[in-house]
Amino acid sequence: MDVEVIKSYLPNFIKAFFLTIKIGWIGIALAFIIGIVCAFILYFKVPVFSGFVKGYVELFRNTPLLVQLFFIYYGLPAIGVKIPAELCGILGLGLLGGSYMAESFRSGLEAVPVIQTESALSLGMTRRQLFIYVILPQAFSISVPAIVANIIFLLKETSVFSAISLMDLMFTAKDYIGLYYNTFESLFLLVIFYIVMLLPVSFAGSIIERKCSF
Amino acid sequence: MGIEVIFKGRNLIRLMEGLLVAMKISLLSVVISIVLGIILGMLMTLKKPGITFISRIYLEIVRIMPQMVLLFIVYFGFAKMTGINLSAEASAVIVFSFWGTAEMADLVRGCMASIPKIQYESSTALGFTRLQTYVHVIIPQIIRRLIPLSINLITRMIKTTSLVMMIGIVEVLKVGQQIIEANRKSAPNAAFGVFAVIFLLYFLACWPISHFSKYLEKKWEN
Repeated sequence: MDVEVIKSYLPNFIKAFFLTIKIGWIGIALAFIIGIVCAFILYFKVPVFSGFVKGYVELFRNTPLLVQLFFIYYGLPAIGVKIPAELCGILGLGLLGGSYMAESFRSGLEAVPVIQTESALSLGMTRRQLFIYVILPQAFSISVPAIVANIIFLLKETSVFSAISLMDLMFTAKDYIGLYYNTFESLFLLVIFYIVMLLPVSFAGSIIERKCSF
Repeated sequence: MGIEVIFKGRNLIRLMEGLLVAMKISLLSVVISIVLGIILGMLMTLKKPGITFISRIYLEIVRIMPQMVLLFIVYFGFAKMTGINLSAEASAVIVFSFWGTAEMADLVRGCMASIPKIQYESSTALGFTRLQTYVHVIIPQIIRRLIPLSINLITRMIKTTSLVMMIGIVEVLKVGQQIIEANRKSAPNAAFGVFAVIFLLYFLACWPISHFSKYLEKKWEN
């Protein structure tokens, strides 16, 4: 392993690192929003919409992100829908994550025991109060472990972005291996940057899980 | 919209063959993962400090390292380090088994931990030996919880094997690209049809399996 080589590769890896993080977290934020909206639609059994949401969740949970990205990035332009690579990555991650988040939120909402609803109603709470003060906080803390697992899963999934020619960590490493055959240095930096990206999340996740469980 | 390309010549069959390549890799990896995962999971429940420490590091590595990175390490790094040229398929099976074993071990450990202590105590009180307790009381319950979860692991493995195209294995996505390239003149918008069909093929491969796992889970709940 050559330290000079690592030093010279570092700037590009840092650039790739921030790109990966940016797309990853914006995608996760999008996944959160999609997930919450879908979970509410499923929980309140909104007619027509809940059918669509069910279809969407099944479709995206049962296909790999790589295939979804290929479809969005290479397939859609063929019928005239052109989306830039970065937006594709965010959209793909958001749609995939949304389907996972929707399932987590929904099972959280449904795991709140019925007696909580009954007790709240018998105390004279309105439906809105019941939902905001009783159901939501409990549902959220039930789904925290699943949400943390989803976030880690989604951050890991960012590694396939190189397939749609986004200059992420994977792409940079592959590029250097192909160009200069400095395999060890590239792989070393790749692993280090993924550890920097994911270890804090994994660590924070287990602390939050402990705080939120009751 | 480019869907007609699929039905030209042997294209659909070629796509299916591509999917079969991915399926073979995932099935082989699943079998290895389940066997090794059960062994590791059982070892973890022994609570020997050494084993616990090593297995926790192992699980954490798998938890935070993307499978793509592991694939690169084995496919590119291993070859350079040892000089042995692993085929892409072998690297894929090694990486996915490495990943799957950790997942499976964690499931086994979770299942073992979820068996209430009273079950062991009652068996002892009834005069069961340790072996009898495991064979007649604990293992049947674990298997019931484990089977749906391991079936679910199969679908996750199938989805993960789509990554193998990135190390040059000709599977369904690669075949799709070849078909698009071959028909670039006659059907310029084939990309839409081909990738839509691949999307659907993956869905058709995974959806029944994940539904079956959900069904078993509900059926065996208590």
